[in-house]
Amino acid sequence: MPEKFDCIVVGAGPAGTACAYELAKAGVNVLLLERGEYPGAKNVMGGVLYRKMMEDIIPEFYKEAPLERPIVEQRFMMMDKESAITFSYKGLEWGREPYNNFTVLRAKFDQWFAEKAVEQGVLLVCETVAVECIVENGHVVGVRTDRPDGDIYADVVVLADGVNSLLAKQLGFHREWRPDEVALATMEILKLDKNIIEDRFNLEPNQGCTIEIFGDATKGILGTGFLYTNKDTLSVGVGTLLSGLIKHKIKPYELLEHVKNHPMIRPYIQGSEPVEYLAHLIPEGGYHSIPKVAGNGVLVVGDAAQLVNAIHREGSNMAMTSGRLAAETIIMAKSQNDFSESMLDQYRMKLMESFIGQDLKKYKDATHHFERFPQYFEQYIPMLNRAASQMFTVDGASKWEKQQKIWRDLGSTKQKFKLARDMMKAWKVMK
Amino acid sequence: MLHIVACIKQVPDTKIIKMNPKTNTMDRASAPAILNPYDAHAVEEAVRLKKKYGGTVSVLTMGPPPAVKAIKKCIELGADEGHMISDRAFAGADTLATSYALTKALEKIAKQRPIDLVICGKMTIDGDTGQVGPGIARRLNIPPLTGVKKVVEINKEKGYAIVQRKLEDGYEIVQSTLPCLFTVEKEINDISFAPLPNMIKAARYQPTIWTADDLENVDRKQLGLKGSPTIVAKVWAPPKPEDGKLLEGSTKEKVEQLLSLVLAKKELFQ
Repeated sequence: MPEKFDCIVVGAGPAGTACAYELAKAGVNVLLLERGEYPGAKNVMGGVLYRKMMEDIIPEFYKEAPLERPIVEQRFMMMDKESAITFSYKGLEWGREPYNNFTVLRAKFDQWFAEKAVEQGVLLVCETVAVECIVENGHVVGVRTDRPDGDIYADVVVLADGVNSLLAKQLGFHREWRPDEVALATMEILKLDKNIIEDRFNLEPNQGCTIEIFGDATKGILGTGFLYTNKDTLSVGVGTLLSGLIKHKIKPYELLEHVKNHPMIRPYIQGSEPVEYLAHLIPEGGYHSIPKVAGNGVLVVGDAAQLVNAIHREGSNMAMTSGRLAAETIIMAKSQNDFSESMLDQYRMKLMESFIGQDLKKYKDATHHFERFPQYFEQYIPMLNRAASQMFTVDGASKWEKQQKIWRDLGSTKQKFKLARDMMKAWKVMK
Repeated sequence: MLHIVACIKQVPDTKIIKMNPKTNTMDRASAPAILNPYDAHAVEEAVRLKKKYGGTVSVLTMGPPPAVKAIKKCIELGADEGHMISDRAFAGADTLATSYALTKALEKIAKQRPIDLVICGKMTIDGDTGQVGPGIARRLNIPPLTGVKKVVEINKEKGYAIVQRKLEDGYEIVQSTLPCLFTVEKEINDISFAPLPNMIKAARYQPTIWTADDLENVDRKQLGLKGSPTIVAKVWAPPKPEDGKLLEGSTKEKVEQLLSLVLAKKELFQ
């Protein structure tokens, strides 16, 4: 007779591990399944971990977790072919407790987080793939794994199986994602001497900087490039909606090479040595793409539930919070021994009331808007760069003449109206 | 019912390990720790024999506390129980001191349940010596059968084992009395994909851990660095093989070039 657990969590990423951790802490008998050799072996993100949501689970985790650097400066570059307008915020308050966020390398961090969950009593089994949910009388009662004698049962199953969530798809919770609902991010980890990193990015030891790059980083396709500082490596990458890559017929690694060789980026990474190449899909469908997240005996968390705020590059924090909210719901369901959809649907409500639901709702049309109207990235960023160049180039022309030139560069009256209308529309989807 | 004990070791994965260019020693922190691949075959064979003849499979290792992971791996493969000896006193052991410490642990295990067969991997991938297995056999005063590539038969009632031993130009079939010790080649079996219940058992499993004090009649002078007469006088990296050469031209030209190259080194063939 196969063993029965209170709960099976599928996937040891931030969502699954957070959920398993909280459950075990409350005395729930939980099995955490991971397909990789160890948690983190197959997990990818650009590298920003937010302190608050992690601390909701493990207070003062930063005292022992394997983090790279606390981020003290966030830069944003609006980049053209050989120019860029950069704005940034640097605040030393982010460099001391309680910190704001950190760069992390997921292979290390996820492993540590899962170890913490095991200390709480989670049973972690790696190198095991959950291939389908076992459904009896319309109720999920366990999962089937790829191993011999691989069926395993539980009162409730949490699907934290990542962006493609094949298990949720099999249950009919979502269809195959459209190419405009997922982004493809490719990145490299580049080894570079610690002191060189600190010099180039104007940092003290144990300070980090992130740079988000818009415009030519993606050759005008909707998406962003990024460059983050780790201890003695840099993470450089680029992510664009899959639909954009298809439309422009660009291969993802070509785009990454383009970013690495861009004259605005190259000096930062010069002399570094690639040590790792990673690529992953990111769910960026936003609010409209959130699938069904609760069913009889089953909950969906993290990327599997499309919980990513693409505009603010937040995802791991939403994953952790969703995992925690799922755990809260399961603990309540367990106390009443009711794992029906109507009980577990409390999770969806908690999710929508939290910052996750609020933020995703706020930006529900943003990605789709910029996807539909490519001129923001294709035309307006270069235009902004030209305007800055014009204004700051001292060539004897009067400032009034320069303003006239910039004004003319905006195009005909009709084009100017369109520009004004686009700015209004952008404000509307972002506000 | 057989009682088979597999002796195993956790080793750095030498496929990806980096060498310290100054000292020519392995930078152990640069590679993940894994179950020595030959030992995985030893455990697999023990589990297969158990399935065939019935019995119990125990595993034994000596190592620092993280080596528990290697024992867990063996539980995944189907071992019933794990024992570990871990103590500062064992540190720095060469093959002589290692086989001594493992023998003492095997004696302790045998007191609880007599041992019919000890199986070791052919060698470890970090030391490459292949001496610990035969060392244990000598100390236990049982026959060592090295290079085992197939177990033909084990008959506990009549007290014998028949195996195929790999030789340079083939193999030989050998019969030995029981108890005895095998060291096994990789070709003896393919590691099977562990069933889920084993994975769950392994995730929960905690082996018994013995210190030097837990072992009986131990001569401490024979443990660890003190008991290790081996001296590493010099370590050097093997020379890199020369790059191959690609001959160009027509087939005839290439054959002529090849012939002259071979003839230039004809002393190699005399």
